[in-house]
Amino acid sequence: MTKRVLEVNNLSKSYKLGLINTGSLVNDLGEYYRRLTKRGYNPGQIELSAKAKPAEESKKKYHQALNDVSFTLNEGDVLGVIGKNGAGKSTLLKILSRVTTPTSGEVRIYGRLASLLEVGTGFHPELTGRENVFMNGAILGMRKAEITKKFDEIIAFSGVGQYIDTPVKRYSSGMYVRLAFAVASHLEPEILIVDEVLAVGDSAFQKKCLDRMMEVSRSGRTVLFVSHNLSAVKQLCNRGLFLRSGTSIFEGDIDKALSLYYEDGVATDFSNPVRDIRPFARKECLGNLTISTITFNKASFVVGDNWEIEIKLENHKPGKEYKDLLLDFAIHDRYDNKLIHLTNIFLGADRLSFQPSDVYKFSIPSIDLSPDRYNLFMSLRANEEIEDWIGEPVQFDIIESNNYGFSNSSLIRGMSQPKAKFQVIQNA
Amino acid sequence: MSNHISSSAPTIISNKRSFSLATLRELWQYRDLIRVFVYRDLVSIYKQTVLGPFWFVIQPIITTLTFTIIFEKVAKLPTEGIPSMLFYMSGIIFWSYFAECLTKISNTFVQNANLFSKVYFPRLVVPISQIISNFIKFSIQFGLFTILYLFMFPGSERASSYNALNLLLLPVVLFAFALLSFSLGLIVSSITIKYRDVAFLIQFGIQLLMYGSAVIYPITTVPVKYRIFIELNPLTGIFETVRFTLFGTPMPELWVLLYSIGFTLVSTLFAISLFSKVEKNSMDIV
Repeated sequence: MTKRVLEVNNLSKSYKLGLINTGSLVNDLGEYYRRLTKRGYNPGQIELSAKAKPAEESKKKYHQALNDVSFTLNEGDVLGVIGKNGAGKSTLLKILSRVTTPTSGEVRIYGRLASLLEVGTGFHPELTGRENVFMNGAILGMRKAEITKKFDEIIAFSGVGQYIDTPVKRYSSGMYVRLAFAVASHLEPEILIVDEVLAVGDSAFQKKCLDRMMEVSRSGRTVLFVSHNLSAVKQLCNRGLFLRSGTSIFEGDIDKALSLYYEDGVATDFSNPVRDIRPFARKECLGNLTISTITFNKASFVVGDNWEIEIKLENHKPGKEYKDLLLDFAIHDRYDNKLIHLTNIFLGADRLSFQPSDVYKFSIPSIDLSPDRYNLFMSLRANEEIEDWIGEPVQFDIIESNNYGFSNSSLIRGMSQPKAKFQVIQNA
Repeated sequence: MSNHISSSAPTIISNKRSFSLATLRELWQYRDLIRVFVYRDLVSIYKQTVLGPFWFVIQPIITTLTFTIIFEKVAKLPTEGIPSMLFYMSGIIFWSYFAECLTKISNTFVQNANLFSKVYFPRLVVPISQIISNFIKFSIQFGLFTILYLFMFPGSERASSYNALNLLLLPVVLFAFALLSFSLGLIVSSITIKYRDVAFLIQFGIQLLMYGSAVIYPITTVPVKYRIFIELNPLTGIFETVRFTLFGTPMPELWVLLYSIGFTLVSTLFAISLFSKVEKNSMDIV
């Protein structure tokens, strides 16, 4: 018999749009006075507009961030909440975390709930690491005795041991985040709510966070997890809640939720090497000749793989001729550093004319970038003008691996892993 | 596990939440957080200073000297037979307790917007911890005052008629200051969620309020026809009581006293209900 730990019933939240008020007390009082006097002097007019206005105004002035969302969680469920920006994920989390209240509907929580919308909430820069552990723990709802008991464990997990009596303002941002996460991960709630916490820190730290979350969920606790990192969601969760513009589209099996989300055309399905570029946002360009698909030679790569993309173009003005094609792409890392920049001109193919049946292919025989997610940006020029300019990145992954056959890839920190050799030259 | 904050009944989140006994129980469960906030407020102020907690007493000493010079020597205001240093210092430390609680609590939402938008705990924890941390600061200053009092008061003209039993009223007076600053602070903070104007009003208004509260002059020096304006300020009754308690000056008139008490109680009730009402959606607006 599984125990029900969380019940969400017909939850709705609407926000007033625009300015909440005129912004100052004096103006608001003036507005209020005007309304009062208007009513007194010209009641007919007010009545008329009162009939006509609310219906059309209320539509415009309110944004329904969550609309009648219901679901329940049993003990041990790990629910991934997915949906694009503005779907209502954050609003749901805020309500569950009790940071704000719903407009209607209710949530019933059976047991202790802890929410991590951020790590290090309430850290005070002047206080030492030790003092901040106690403060942050108390903010998250831990009792002093509990923190004292777990203190050594927390410090060991954070790895900032020797700096624990230094004010946290002297910490590097990495140390700060590690200490904060260490406190948060030693909470022992029955229900844990996590928002994108994994988006902080370097990839080794993110992996540590993920492992910790796995541990938490395996220990039979209920987790509600919101992230844009869909592979993490897939790994962690057994159930999914797919939200679109505040409405629950699907709630149930995680694979079903994810596949519905992919079909919705918003998220990238990294298991499919063919990427449809047509729905992507565009920057300023003519748009007569556009990129329709980019096909990778593999769904994901390991370091040193042969990396290829095939680009298909689409002509929206039949009969128009395009000369001097320039296909230009760049690979950026997650911090937006431009790592690789290539065009067909660099590779000796200038004076290229467009043929409808042609496919354009770039290949890099050995992609020596370290494991991470990469963003590909692409533009297309023809006749000296920008025909297409993709505004959002096409993403691909290089998965945990290395170029040297070394056993532990995570120890290799460089951005790039060129083929290398080491020799001992013995001078006898 | 059992020492974690928890309750057996389900927690219900809806827009009907308001102040109740459950709120008080919850505040009690979060007492460690109150303690931690008090510690933070006291300790973080004097980190990286040479004099550290001595700043808590340097401030009233300098202000007392200044007031003594200006109001006694220059303006020649009477102090009802109380040694002027003691008169001004008592006024200053009680006033700064009230004023600092009020200003800090007024900023509850604006100052803690980041914290409040990320994590839940009963919001009243913040104002309550302000009351306590300022009380500790007050106690240090009051300790300094006591030393001066033991030196200066026994020889003064008030000493002969002074009854030490008056001191029993001291906790009552302090509680009144705490409650009044707490309630006014809550009201102001509730309004500043929407209207920042009030924060500015408090900033300079509080300085003017001191002159309207019989802090640096006894009410008897105010001409009778203007006295009512000063007496309508609920702080006046409390400050007069402070001097009765410490120096044996006459108690304020009965109606002034009852008015101060009534005002404090009514504003506390109003403040708590207003605060509980606005805190729910405060993070959507701040």
